[in-house]
Amino acid sequence: MTDAARTTPDIALPDAKVAGKASGQKRKGFEVGSFPGLKTWTWVFFIYLYAPIVVLVVYSFNANNRAQKWTGFSTSWYAKAFSNDDIQSATINTLIVASAATVLATAMALLAALALARGGRFKGSTASLGLISLPLIVPEIATAVATLSFFVVIGIQFGLLTLIIAHTVFCIPFAFLPIRARLEGMDDTLEQAAMDLYASRWKAFRYVTFPLLLPGIVAGAMLSFIISVDDFIISLMVAGAGSTTLPLYIYGMIRVGISPEVNVISTVMLLISLVFITAYWLLTRGDDHTVH
Amino acid sequence: MVEDGRTAIDIRNVRKVYGSGGGAVTAIERASLDIADNEFFTLLGPSGCGKTTLLRLIAGFEATTEGEIFLYGDEIEDLPPFKRPVNTVFQHYSLFPHMTVAENVGFGLKMLGRPKAEIGEAVERSLSLVKMSDFARRKPSQMSGGQQQRVALARALAPNPKVLLLDEPLSALDLKLRQAMRNELKTLQRETGITFVFVTHDQEEALTMSDRIAVMSNGLIQQIGSPLDIYERPLNRFVADFIGDTNFVEADIASVEGGVATCQSAGGLEMRAAVVDGHGVGDRVTLALRPEKMSLAASANGGAATPGRIESADYLGTSTSYKVMLDGGVTLAVREQNPVDASTVLAAGDAVHVSIPVGTARMLVD
Ligand SMILES: Nc1ncnc2c1ncn2[C@@H]1O[C@H](COP(=O)(O)OP(=O)(O)O)[C@@H](O)[C@H]1O
Ligand SMILES: [Mg+2]
Repeated sequence: MTDAARTTPDIALPDAKVAGKASGQKRKGFEVGSFPGLKTWTWVFFIYLYAPIVVLVVYSFNANNRAQKWTGFSTSWYAKAFSNDDIQSATINTLIVASAATVLATAMALLAALALARGGRFKGSTASLGLISLPLIVPEIATAVATLSFFVVIGIQFGLLTLIIAHTVFCIPFAFLPIRARLEGMDDTLEQAAMDLYASRWKAFRYVTFPLLLPGIVAGAMLSFIISVDDFIISLMVAGAGSTTLPLYIYGMIRVGISPEVNVISTVMLLISLVFITAYWLLTRGDDHTVH
Repeated sequence: MVEDGRTAIDIRNVRKVYGSGGGAVTAIERASLDIADNEFFTLLGPSGCGKTTLLRLIAGFEATTEGEIFLYGDEIEDLPPFKRPVNTVFQHYSLFPHMTVAENVGFGLKMLGRPKAEIGEAVERSLSLVKMSDFARRKPSQMSGGQQQRVALARALAPNPKVLLLDEPLSALDLKLRQAMRNELKTLQRETGITFVFVTHDQEEALTMSDRIAVMSNGLIQQIGSPLDIYERPLNRFVADFIGDTNFVEADIASVEGGVATCQSAGGLEMRAAVVDGHGVGDRVTLALRPEKMSLAASANGGAATPGRIESADYLGTSTSYKVMLDGGVTLAVREQNPVDASTVLAAGDAVHVSIPVGTARMLVD
């Protein structure tokens, strides 16, 4: 836990009590929660947001071989999808690329975050911070085209390697933000305390900084992983023959028509994303400084 | 006094400037001091005077801009913090939040590569020294500030350092706890025989615990001496003012005889004080007079008392603090113990005679 996190309960307690009292009283005047129809709109909003996903999941269990018509419950499409050689190889490609990109991106993000937070202020440290986060708002298609052109210029063969390089690059900011948030809530007096107690720089990192940063590092890695697994546009540009990833494969199948297999793969990907996002949320929950 | 012992820390002409160019801040103008082995030495001064900086220079978290620091005779300039046999109790404790109390306390010895059994023993010993043995398995977040303070102390003591640096360790505690910890710290220092360098801005803390005190202001050491020295014989205006209450009276030296000057203030008040170097007959000097050294009486009683009138009287329980306007125009603060019959306490408007015993007035260098 960070210093800030430790002191929060003391500060938050009186507030919480006051809030509890206020909400316990019945008030007549203006209340935010009582706009007419607000509840209905909330429901409409959620249906709008999640109906397509529900349809996707439900239809992945459809017995019919035409995806759009419901004829009965079945898991046969799951069996079929999992035994499909193309899907298997796309899955393996996806996992290889995502794992490699995650490890590389997280390591680089960790070094960058440490350099920015502990390297002392150097010329352009603020600019560096901005530059690391910038890819988050650059249109993905621009990054994709740029990456493609870059690979063409240096004459590299398209394949898993180009995918890993490209994915590492766009995963770095995602891995960086949670690590940086964690580091910011942690001033360097703990490292100084460790060094005062005979820990070398490396040992201070190993026994104090790293364990305290770990939740941020894991969160950053998970975010990178899921971003890599989901990526389509950049993958489309830089994947070579034989390095098709799952999103590329799904896109290829859809051009032929929406088959229940597509629903199955999409559902599985959705599930994986949910697991990772939940874990990410659990890890960063106690972290006051997380950038949302 | 402890000057005959070995020198633990020798600070010679140290200067510390943070940053450079236009944004440079001089935290230590120039400081020289010796701290003896086994001494309880206190750095006392207002916030921002450079106390923490001096401590961090000793610990090795900052590098000196000029000057040298010797630890038991060895120059330590080139040693990183983890190679200096000193430990620090940080102002905000800085306990490792992901470790238990026992792991925190054992950390130093673990980093030194000591065997597990030895670490275990040292942890137990240190925790019992600070009466925290029952808390070994807790995490820092599960303890009060006072308990964290004790653990921080145990952690710094466990590796048995030659010197312990303490940066305002009591400032975050409430009054009662702070007073209790003063005695404990003092006892701890005597029992362990470790040299303590203690930083505080609280004069009472400094006076009650220290063997010697260095009073600092604006990056300069103003005076070094025992608590008695500092209080009874302040060298300059800053020290006299920062520690306790003081009357400052401007006076001219009328004559000097055997090292004692007879001084005359405006309005004909005559006082005698030991002359300080650099002053002679005819000079205008500042005299410091402690309010509790003087006394009031309703009548002159034939002594050498100066007549005046009470301007205000503040009842403080054990004593009463008076403002007395002497007939010559000088105003003095005088503090008197309250008598058994408190109704006889003097009141504003009463005519009084102030007697100033020989030795009360202290000539300052500035
Ligand atoms: N890291 C730093 N960078 C720049 N100025 C500093 C730094 N640390 C302290 N100072 C300045 O040096 C002066 C002395 O600070 P410090 O040693 O912390 O005083 P104290 O502990 O007596 O309150 C202050 O003016 C402070 O602002
Ligand atoms: Mg300080």
